[in-house]
Amino acid sequence: MLETPNLNYIKEIAGGNEEFEKKFLTIIQHEFPKEKEDYLKLLNGKELEEAAKVVHKIKHKLGILSMNASYKLAIRYEEDLKYGDEKLGKDFLKVLETVEDFILKIA
Amino acid sequence: MRCIIIDDEVSARAIVNELCEVTPELEVVAQFPNAVEALKFLNQHTVDVIFLDIHMPFLTGVDFIQTLKNPPRVVFTTSDTDFAIEAYAYEFIVDYLVKPITRDRFLKTIAKLKNAMQPVLAGDTSLEMPELPTEDHLYINIDRRLIKLKYQDILLIEAKGDYIEIKTVDTMHRVHSTLKKIKEKLPESLFMQIHRSYIINYTKIIDIQDNSVLIERNVIPISRSNRPSLMQRLNLL
Repeated sequence: MLETPNLNYIKEIAGGNEEFEKKFLTIIQHEFPKEKEDYLKLLNGKELEEAAKVVHKIKHKLGILSMNASYKLAIRYEEDLKYGDEKLGKDFLKVLETVEDFILKIA
Repeated sequence: MRCIIIDDEVSARAIVNELCEVTPELEVVAQFPNAVEALKFLNQHTVDVIFLDIHMPFLTGVDFIQTLKNPPRVVFTTSDTDFAIEAYAYEFIVDYLVKPITRDRFLKTIAKLKNAMQPVLAGDTSLEMPELPTEDHLYINIDRRLIKLKYQDILLIEAKGDYIEIKTVDTMHRVHSTLKKIKEKLPESLFMQIHRSYIINYTKIIDIQDNSVLIERNVIPISRSNRPSLMQRLNLL
């Protein structure tokens, strides 16, 4: 069972600043789908080193959404991709879908 | 302190900006999605602090700092711990923040920045050495793992081409670095260079004979020029 994203970190950074919280969520809602799309394109095109760079960015989002296990998975997957190994791709895709669902819910 | 933020992720810039906003000592004067745009800005403006990402398109954060002629204080903000050791090789790098950055950790950075800026504020323009991450140990980067080594456990360090070999009582670590770099990180109270290719922990010396020292089972040559300074350190009867 995949862990559930949450907004604890964002709330900590916002420190009660609701305007920042809203603005930040809007940024994530724009940035994440683009990164997911870029990642899938690069993966399908077998440009694995470039895909690793996008995983690196997505990894930060997983940290922001307090998804610690997924963050660790992304660290391993980023390294694996640099060496041409995509076997963690399926698990990572599930993480991406979970984040996407979450982002849609909070929209 | 006037600062700029350089990061290709909008969300990452937003977080650092928010943390700066609630810090009275900091004023964010500009933000950039890449280091090239920041360079253009810095050609015409001066700042006190740069919050800098490492992995960016066109020019990485590490390449960027090497282009700076009069670098201000730099704080790395990155999801990657691989560069932590190299980062401290630059005296103007004050801190290394791993994303996602927490408020508490950011406050520690501000304290370090204030400390580093003090000589400037007092009119002394000489750079102060950044606060090192540890007092009795250092971290070495091996296969993307940071391994902690206590100074007291290190016997000697030998230069081997592009690498150095750090020997401890139990093991030996091979690291891509130079003697010069590691010498800067080691306390002079324990370590000294006795040969072009060797730094030793002089408290581990078992005996000295002719032009060599014995440390555990290692016989290390002493160069003629380093012998007097080694002899001065010894508590000779």
